[in-house]
Amino acid sequence: MPTKIEKDTLSGQNTTGHEWDGVKELNTPLPTWWIYTFYATVVFAIVYCALYPSWPWLNGHAKGMLGYWSRAELTQELDAQAKARSGFVDRIRATSLADIAKEPELFNFAMAGGRSAFQTNCMQCHGAGGAGSRGFPNLVDDDWIWGGSLEQIRATIEHGIRNTDDKSRQSMMPRFGVDGLLTGTQVAAVTDYVLSLSGKAKATPEGTQLFQEQCAACHGPDGKGNQELGAPSLADGIWLYGGDRDAIYRSIFYARNGSMPAWAGRLDEATIKMLTIYVHALGGGR
Amino acid sequence: MSSQAVLNTGRPPAPRYVEDVIRAAVVLSMFWGVVAFLAGVVIAAQLVWPQLSFDSEYLTFGRLRPLHTSAAIFAFGGTALIGTAFHVVQRTCRARLFGGAPLGWFVLLGYQFFIVTAAAGYLLGITQSKEYAEPEWFVDLWLTIVWVAYLVAYLGTVLKREEPHIYVANWFYLAFIITIAGLHIVNNMAIPVSITGSKSYGAWSGVQDAMIQWWYGHNAVGFFLTAAFLGMMYYYIPKAANRPVYSYRLSIVHFWSLVFMYIWAGPHHLHYTSLPDWAQTLGMVFSVMLWMPSWGGMINGLMTLSGAWDKLRTDPGLRFSVTAVGFYGMATFEGPVMSIKAVNSLSHYTDWTIGHVHSGALGWVAFIVFGTLYYMVPKMWNRPAMWSTRLIGWHYWIATIGIVLYITAMWVSGIMQGLMWRAYDELGFLQYSFVETVAAMQPFYFIRFLGGVCFLTGGLLMAYNMWRTIRSEAVVTSARHQPALAA
Repeated sequence: MPTKIEKDTLSGQNTTGHEWDGVKELNTPLPTWWIYTFYATVVFAIVYCALYPSWPWLNGHAKGMLGYWSRAELTQELDAQAKARSGFVDRIRATSLADIAKEPELFNFAMAGGRSAFQTNCMQCHGAGGAGSRGFPNLVDDDWIWGGSLEQIRATIEHGIRNTDDKSRQSMMPRFGVDGLLTGTQVAAVTDYVLSLSGKAKATPEGTQLFQEQCAACHGPDGKGNQELGAPSLADGIWLYGGDRDAIYRSIFYARNGSMPAWAGRLDEATIKMLTIYVHALGGGR
Repeated sequence: MSSQAVLNTGRPPAPRYVEDVIRAAVVLSMFWGVVAFLAGVVIAAQLVWPQLSFDSEYLTFGRLRPLHTSAAIFAFGGTALIGTAFHVVQRTCRARLFGGAPLGWFVLLGYQFFIVTAAAGYLLGITQSKEYAEPEWFVDLWLTIVWVAYLVAYLGTVLKREEPHIYVANWFYLAFIITIAGLHIVNNMAIPVSITGSKSYGAWSGVQDAMIQWWYGHNAVGFFLTAAFLGMMYYYIPKAANRPVYSYRLSIVHFWSLVFMYIWAGPHHLHYTSLPDWAQTLGMVFSVMLWMPSWGGMINGLMTLSGAWDKLRTDPGLRFSVTAVGFYGMATFEGPVMSIKAVNSLSHYTDWTIGHVHSGALGWVAFIVFGTLYYMVPKMWNRPAMWSTRLIGWHYWIATIGIVLYITAMWVSGIMQGLMWRAYDELGFLQYSFVETVAAMQPFYFIRFLGGVCFLTGGLLMAYNMWRTIRSEAVVTSARHQPALAA
């Protein structure tokens, strides 16, 4: 089809003279504001590339006139924050756990720092408010498995529970059912006895006897537990893995032996101290 | 078939175009649109009420989300693109589709098979966990075959065209088809564990893998969701408005600057990561320079309406297309702004990004498809008009309100989220935990859910309107029966 340039009466522009399925095009020049804004972004790009790390070559790249490096920027920001906190942090480091509580200003700082560290590192298992969930102890009550004093809490945070840390808290409940120490019927009898400690079932003589033989060494003759061994109290109606008959049966048959990581290498000393103060104050510290 | 094609005096009549494939694509695209909107509403609801996954691994957010994104981009958008590409290329080249109906059907149905196998994989947990490239190696291979067939059909038609020049819409469609082929192949390089198993390991690793993924990811936005739909705009807006395209020169300059710049912009998805600083810089400055090339398309779309603005009152379909161009302009301004590192340090990983994507996906992509389909359906089925023009108006307003609810909710939620993440208390500790930010966002998740429900409702109205139109009586005119084969 031959080129046929026409004038569009509405806009006053000429067409390019082509037509496709009835569609024509005007030959309107580029809008001035458009082209100059485009140039402006190009100029911005050139200037930015000159200032910041940009074009690469075979064994390196343009470093940029500002000497910018994003990792250095991050380090600077973190350092600035650390510096702003350093006065208090140094004092936390120098003050014993027991004495921190005696200085309200320092205690407030430790609580804020402890909360911040808790929300980042601990809440995934223990919950945002520290109330725990199945398999992860509640830190808000006063039912402590490994002890609720400041020093005991600090030791638990630093070294964790049942992990590979040298000073990790260690103890292991036997798998009574799986390993054939007790038969299924015997496990059921012990379950009844355990439930009877919180008044939820009637103990049988067999269950009572088995408990004294097999369980009392760690959980105590009265079932009130032993924090030295991390053996929870079975008499207070607070359950880490559920308190119904089935859950208790499973706990005895399979054993539980939950673990917690050691934080000593990951968090610095002051942060662990602040976490200790915070957890201790959550509700049940002794 | 309209009579316009034979109006030009002194030319042989147009050839008989392949049209059944296009009609099928129109219906399938509508179907996938409703599926995509529904999946979106479901996962939006899950974010408000997490228990809606019903503890089933098949219904978790992690599996339904790729179902939603793929249904929206690849099923709804992709099927519409195949249909309109075949429609546009034949008419603007004045040539029957290369390979004829068999090749056309192979491309369309092969693509549907790709969609179904990909979607089934998502629900079964078969994924390579690359955003927008989730399907595993066997699905990728199949898509490659289909895509090459698509290129052959398209390019073949362009090569045998009867028009002396290639219309601008075809540049955009062609850039889309060629670039997506390259992106798809490079990003999905993988070695299957076994020829009978679905699992594979990607060929790239570490930061190179991340860079290739986002080179792919951003150009899926640039060439699939931008260039291709600009091709759609360049044909259907001048047709619906019955006005010449505003500026041929602008179309050339903005086309070449757009395709040249977009390919560099991917690194802005990886600001403040282990990606080297120099690559982040280039990603940012090319994104900033993309602003005007993107707006070239908006100017050409909107200014084509000059002299025909009155049509917006009477043609709600065209109103969709024009609003789409408006959202396109907004999203392509917001994008460069978000690519600036200082802004990105606030916006990245927040809902702001989700809002930005949806102002593009709902406002631009879906609206331009709606406008196009409302134009195409009466033409392709030879009906005088859509069954109900009023219903199109209802669709327009309900969907627009839905988008506004969606985007504003995500702006507020995203900026709040970003500010909460970086907030320090007076003692110098981070003030909020992640879960506290999640709790703060919940009201906005609900508003977003309402927006999604509006958008889905609009989609259902459109599907109903389309169904009634297709079921109605055809117009009987002499023009319907084309002269016998011209070639």
